[in-house]
Amino acid sequence: MSKIFRSNEALVAVTIVLLSLVIGLNNPTFFSVGNLFDLLRSSIVIGIFAMGVLIVIISGGIDVSFTAIGVFALYSTTRILKEFMPDAPIWVGFMIAAAIGLGLGMINAFFIARFKLPTLIVTLGTLSMFHGFLLFAIGNQIIRDVPPAMDQFARSALVRIPLERGVANLHPAILITAAAALIVWLLLNFTMLGRGIYALGGSREAAERAGFNVPRIQYFIYSFVGLLSGVAGMTFGSLARQANPQDIVGMELNVIAAVVLGGAQLTGGRGTVIGTILGVLLVVIASNSLILIGVPAVWQRVVIGLIILIGTGLPAIQARRAAQGGMRSI
Amino acid sequence: MSDAIVRLSGIYKSFAGVKALQDVSLTIEQGRIHCLVGENGCGKSTLIKIIAGVYPRDSGSVVINGKEYEDLHPIDSIREGIQIIYQDFSLFPNLTVAENIALNEELAAGRRFVNWRHVRRVAEEAIAQLEVHLPLDARVEEMSVANKQLIAIAKALRQNARLIVMDEPTSALTEREIRRLFTVIRRLRERGGIAFLFVSHKLNEVLEIAETITVMRNGQVVSSGPAEAYDTARLVFEMTGQRIAEKAYDYTPDLRSPALLRVERLSVPGALHDVSFELRAHEIVGVTGLLGSGRTELALALFGLLPIASGQIYIDEQPVTIHSVQDAIRHGVGYVPEDRLTEGLFLEQSIGRNIVVRTIDRLRNRFGLIEPKQVAQQVNDWISSLRIKVADPALPVKTLSGGNQQRVVVAKWLASNPRLMILNGPTMGVDVGSKNEIHELIKKLARDGMGLLVISDDIPELLQTCNRILLMRNGTIVEEILPRATNENELAAKLIED
Repeated sequence: MSKIFRSNEALVAVTIVLLSLVIGLNNPTFFSVGNLFDLLRSSIVIGIFAMGVLIVIISGGIDVSFTAIGVFALYSTTRILKEFMPDAPIWVGFMIAAAIGLGLGMINAFFIARFKLPTLIVTLGTLSMFHGFLLFAIGNQIIRDVPPAMDQFARSALVRIPLERGVANLHPAILITAAAALIVWLLLNFTMLGRGIYALGGSREAAERAGFNVPRIQYFIYSFVGLLSGVAGMTFGSLARQANPQDIVGMELNVIAAVVLGGAQLTGGRGTVIGTILGVLLVVIASNSLILIGVPAVWQRVVIGLIILIGTGLPAIQARRAAQGGMRSI
Repeated sequence: MSDAIVRLSGIYKSFAGVKALQDVSLTIEQGRIHCLVGENGCGKSTLIKIIAGVYPRDSGSVVINGKEYEDLHPIDSIREGIQIIYQDFSLFPNLTVAENIALNEELAAGRRFVNWRHVRRVAEEAIAQLEVHLPLDARVEEMSVANKQLIAIAKALRQNARLIVMDEPTSALTEREIRRLFTVIRRLRERGGIAFLFVSHKLNEVLEIAETITVMRNGQVVSSGPAEAYDTARLVFEMTGQRIAEKAYDYTPDLRSPALLRVERLSVPGALHDVSFELRAHEIVGVTGLLGSGRTELALALFGLLPIASGQIYIDEQPVTIHSVQDAIRHGVGYVPEDRLTEGLFLEQSIGRNIVVRTIDRLRNRFGLIEPKQVAQQVNDWISSLRIKVADPALPVKTLSGGNQQRVVVAKWLASNPRLMILNGPTMGVDVGSKNEIHELIKKLARDGMGLLVISDDIPELLQTCNRILLMRNGTIVEEILPRATNENELAAKLIED
């Protein structure tokens, strides 16, 4: 039992409950259906990104270029839709964005797997490169009159609950996040490829000796993250009803923080989908709801920083205590 | 003679013109425990890698299970049932024991999806074959070195191993764990007909487990035959090419002279309790005990790496507090750690820099800049006085052999003139020739007036270098033993006694 409570997931869950209680007791609106749906809506995009980042971190790498891939895919797709097929249904937009994301992800994969370059360096480079190329060659103006399919999608609802004033909507894009989480969960836990990702993060050399095709695994990882990022970017634009080439980029540290809070270790080999979902919720609650108890927007960044420090510091201290406890029991 | 698994004859191999193997022949028979002994750099590792198919040979023939291989690839070797267990075990620390055992097999079977029930069954079967108990759901990083080794053996068995090659399998194990490993090896050999190629430095272990022994020196096989034909003296002679007789360090301290170090009722919760002893100048005091007896914790506590809960340390009969490494150094204490690779050396840095790192402050000129001439001077002094074999002090320390690396660690400490040195496992992983030289160095330091605390479970080493031996058990000193009043067997029995 005590082992369950010492797990990272439990720690994050307890933090979420405590934070919710503190906010909710001071401002009951927090526990309203409307606010709950808002929180879920805010988790959609960061949740999709987080699933990709989780895979990269488990494999022992890091990707910071996914936001650039996301905005690149969003902006390009919006332009393509507007110019060539203004009447295409929304799923076509998602397919195009996914394909663009996949293509950009493969550029990362090529440098990482083929030339064995450090993942941080490669993705730092491509972050700048993709974003710069987007602004220079594809466009730097905000597109506000998005194609009708995107506009419609933004207004659709999965669940609609009438309230005293207005209605609370749960946006169907939450299903995209749920699907991404499910796919990544199945991939990580039930396929040899997924176990290979854990193995690679645990020990690259041992993974090679065991017969895993490490470059192929890396190709998969970075291409798949690109694909997810394309979908996430498109989702972002569909929710916002605009394609702004300056959006999304800048979110990367929040996403990485959510994944790390959820128990994934930057040294690789460790991380779970459940933990990541909890990490995303924690970051979203901290950044959306602190305003409800009068914490000014600028202070929210400080609070998120604190949560990251405490959230990643506590498990580290616990681990050290556990190691010392082990020595004592000799 | 079709029952040989591996038959090598006339193998030659050189790297960039340096001959690593010359006319090496080796036959490993089915179900035999074959030991390969030799000093560091004698070609043992190269030979293993040729059997594994990792290195191609320059000439000679390789016959495995009666089949001649022109080009042996790692995959051929694995298919023929040859499994190499490297010193790092090639395990995944973040995965469970069960998955580590079954993963290679699942992968080799070309599975795309994981069947966790199958993984568990595979692991259970392998563990049952070893007749040991291992927690299948624990992560490998939580396992001891000994258990990791068993996991590696279990993994090898699942891949239809017919020959398991183990490289220095006992270097990080305690006496009891070595017993367990040997039991497992003998059982697998008897029931499964599995052959073992066992590479080791520890001669008494080789003599205990081996049925066939092959000795290598300078890339050549110097002798090979049934184990009964060998004893320690012959092995040492053939490995080094000369007879080495070590003289014990017989020194009777003057009990009236003040102690250099006096420890009174030292306690660290969970690790040490009521440890008291004295150490005088010119003394070499051995500290021994099983892993977990508190021998390493004692060293750590004296060097300020483990907080002391109660008790007092006196240096020159003055009470001192040692809360940190800086305190220890200020009081003239030096420490050569157990794991020199991670704790004692900057492996990528040059030999010279490693030697002067502790004293770099004293090598500044009046502008506060480092004086290269003085540095070079000091480096050369230590290299010659400790007889470190280096081509160039500017090369990284990792290019040296184990024995020479250990000397660099010692030089680093000597450069700061300590009065008291704690050496933890001073010859672990060092070959016989260098071992003797390190022992001579320890004795010379004592003769020159230093006090030394040698922590070791190498029984001949303790008997040959120490003038007193402190036996630890469950965190305290249980007995003080004089080397001349005991012998190897008696001390070994006391060590493993509960």
